[in-house]
Amino acid sequence: MAEFDWTQLLDYALMGMLLAVGIAIVRLRNLFAAVMLMGVYSLLSAAWFVTLDAVDVAFTEAAVGAGISTVLMLGAMLLTAREADEVKAGRHWAALVVVLATGAALFYAIADMPAYGDPNSPANAYVGLDYIVSTPNEIAVPNVVTAVLASYRGFDTFGETVVIFAAGLGVMLLLGLGGQGRRRREDDET
Amino acid sequence: MSPHLVLRIVSKLLIPIIVVFGFYVHFHGDYSPGGGFQAGVIIASAVILYALIFGVDEARRAVPPMSVRLGAAFGVLLYGGVGFVTVFLGENYLDYDALHPDLAHKTGQHIGILLIELGVLSTVFSVMVAIFYAFAGRAPDIPEEEW
Repeated sequence: MAEFDWTQLLDYALMGMLLAVGIAIVRLRNLFAAVMLMGVYSLLSAAWFVTLDAVDVAFTEAAVGAGISTVLMLGAMLLTAREADEVKAGRHWAALVVVLATGAALFYAIADMPAYGDPNSPANAYVGLDYIVSTPNEIAVPNVVTAVLASYRGFDTFGETVVIFAAGLGVMLLLGLGGQGRRRREDDET
Repeated sequence: MSPHLVLRIVSKLLIPIIVVFGFYVHFHGDYSPGGGFQAGVIIASAVILYALIFGVDEARRAVPPMSVRLGAAFGVLLYGGVGFVTVFLGENYLDYDALHPDLAHKTGQHIGILLIELGVLSTVFSVMVAIFYAFAGRAPDIPEEEW
């Protein structure tokens, strides 16, 4: 038998905590606590991504999921109520059926997933291998993720930047940048 | 005396470090995890922390909404502009090899990646701060008893 991989236990512990936090978020009715627990959920996901060696993704998850989006959710919560309304029991059952069906489908799909770190899996074999082989010669940066993101897939990243710009533009058009709009309204009242 | 003395002093100490760390993440993106996107989010979170502790109006004085608007557009223009520069230098769009003649060390790639990541940083930082301003500008300040 191969040597027991103790880092497995860390994965299980993180998964267990994710599950516990997820259930807690569903059961909570205090929105402030729910928002905070969503930040905790993001941070746990980030830790889990680190154990899977996806440090770039973990970095983004920690900064965006646990940082910015928690603050934005808090800002949005300040505009509404602090407590969630009670939901009728019938709706719980419908949601449970959807979740169970999705979960069963995902578990069914596990059999077809490549093993973790499998060098022959589609993600690692074709262009992935190509990028790893040719990055030192063609781009000469040690971080292959940056090479793929910024150089090989520069077009895609440009598209993503434009998407972020468009999202910001949409929010600015809908809500303004605060401040000025409100001041104008106060001027109207006087 | 301010009721959040500890928070204020700790944030004042931390905010410069957060910003410097953000720029480290950007300029070190070739060598370690991170890049323009993460750096933009980290620097934006420094501004948001400042706004949470000292109030949104103070933050608006430090980072005016107009500069945020310009920054968001500047990032996209910088990214697209690097592409056009490479085209005018006779290469494909966003082929950074055109930017520098030293092909042996791939200096052009390094310059190109740094520039386009700077564009990403500018847009991400500005949009994050803009969205925060848009939401926080509408909410009343957090009352003392809810801290």
